[in-house]
Amino acid sequence: MRQALKVSLTRRYRFAASHRLHRPEFSEAENARVYGKCSNPHGHGHNYELEVTVTGAVDPATGMIANLGELDPFVERQVVEEFAENVPTAENICREIYRRLKSFPAARVERVRVEETSKNSFEFEAMASEQA
Amino acid sequence: MIRVTRKIEFSAAHFYHNPDFSEAENRRVFGKCANTHGHGHNYTLEVTVAGEPDPATGMVLDLKELKDILQREVGDRMDHRHLNFEVPELAGRIPTCENIAVAIWKLLEPKITRGKLDRVRLYESPDLYADCTAAESTGGRG
Repeated sequence: MRQALKVSLTRRYRFAASHRLHRPEFSEAENARVYGKCSNPHGHGHNYELEVTVTGAVDPATGMIANLGELDPFVERQVVEEFAENVPTAENICREIYRRLKSFPAARVERVRVEETSKNSFEFEAMASEQA
Repeated sequence: MIRVTRKIEFSAAHFYHNPDFSEAENRRVFGKCANTHGHGHNYTLEVTVAGEPDPATGMVLDLKELKDILQREVGDRMDHRHLNFEVPELAGRIPTCENIAVAIWKLLEPKITRGKLDRVRLYESPDLYADCTAAESTGGRG
């Protein structure tokens, strides 16, 4: 039986960053209530683990969906840069990383998964309609 | 529906080389992986089968049976082999993680008679894996 197959490639990256969960429009008490220890004004950090999944046709000439020689520097460049807006929850980091990676030219970025600690992970999956 | 996953490990050698490319092009596209003496990986294969548990046994399929299929179809074919030279299912294909995962899917799919092969996930290292699934099993997203 010949069935259509879908192939994806997932690569894992690591980066370390500090953050503080805080909304300026909240009072201190409200920040403390909503974000708890994460709103400590001095901040805290995590060793983030990032999984990036790309899908697309496997190029018969290379056997690859995407060449890691292209994907790795692209992710390094797009993700190692500082994060600007929004409360830096892992949810927002995850969505922001997707926003920065979706323009990868060689394959469709389908999924971004961020592990903030070994006990928390966050996943953003692009809808089929979202084009790379 | 329940998904059942079994894991096996195998070690194999490979290199990436396209005979239609010049040597310089092979090196540019494949980097260190183009070294024709080859290099190796400890691969980890996770195979997921989906189905309803049989009320009589409580099992989607007997994991021992799945283990034997994985050993026969994948372990015996690929463990301590050179993937460029010794695995006919990969002949004419560059043995990337993507292509090996597809070859494993094609080997296993007809052998799974209880439940349905749902996903083949092949880790080349803890930081790199390929998934192969049936295109229609993506919940209507693809």
